[in-house]
Amino acid sequence: MTDAAVTEETLTNHKSMSLIVTKGNLDSGYPPFILATTAAAMGLNVSMFFTFYGLNLLHKNLDLGITTLGNPSMKMPMMGMHMGMPNLMGMIPGVDGMATGMMKNLIKKKGVASIEDLRQATVEADVTMIACQMTMDLFEYEMGDLIDGPELGGAATYIETATKSDINLFI
Amino acid sequence: MADQLLDTKGLNCPLPILKAKKALGGVPTGNTLEVLSTDPGAVKDFEAFCRQTGNELLEWNEDSGVYSFLIKHTA
Repeated sequence: MTDAAVTEETLTNHKSMSLIVTKGNLDSGYPPFILATTAAAMGLNVSMFFTFYGLNLLHKNLDLGITTLGNPSMKMPMMGMHMGMPNLMGMIPGVDGMATGMMKNLIKKKGVASIEDLRQATVEADVTMIACQMTMDLFEYEMGDLIDGPELGGAATYIETATKSDINLFI
Repeated sequence: MADQLLDTKGLNCPLPILKAKKALGGVPTGNTLEVLSTDPGAVKDFEAFCRQTGNELLEWNEDSGVYSFLIKHTA
């Protein structure tokens, strides 16, 4: 999506969006990448600020999972109905892994893009990605752990971007 | 008859829009792109996409669960 048309449009359409991405589970990874790619496709300049668990989404080797714990609204279609998972079950080893597998199957079956593909589309759309320096220190990550593209920044970097953006979302 | 055809049947949000955007890059200005989709949410999405990008949604219709959008590349 780095064709000339996009670049031209980006120059003439000055709308912009910034996202703060704080969560890094498989299901939480969708909203930021979906909004970023779509906004870029619609001609907006997009910046994403990855902090805390959101940094997980920038790792070279994505290993994303979901947890059923504390998530009573997660009801999966199973055996012709929608079934939730009692918290007690989620504590059993292997249950979260199974739930993650089920979610990935559903994603494939329903024609939903994988996080890997959406992230790749985000990179190709020239979305600005900022990795939070403080979180990198806190969790002992290095730039080499992340995909190519993100730059390091902090709160001031985000605030400056946000003051210039038409849309600012905390996800 | 559209100048180009893009089949996104079976794909879910936001893939029809992303693929349409990419395909429009290869459609000369003034020509048309027809997008096929099975995503009912695509109706509102293509309307919004075209309003925002300045491309023209000439028409859309639905036939047994398949939506088709005729977009003129104007922007």
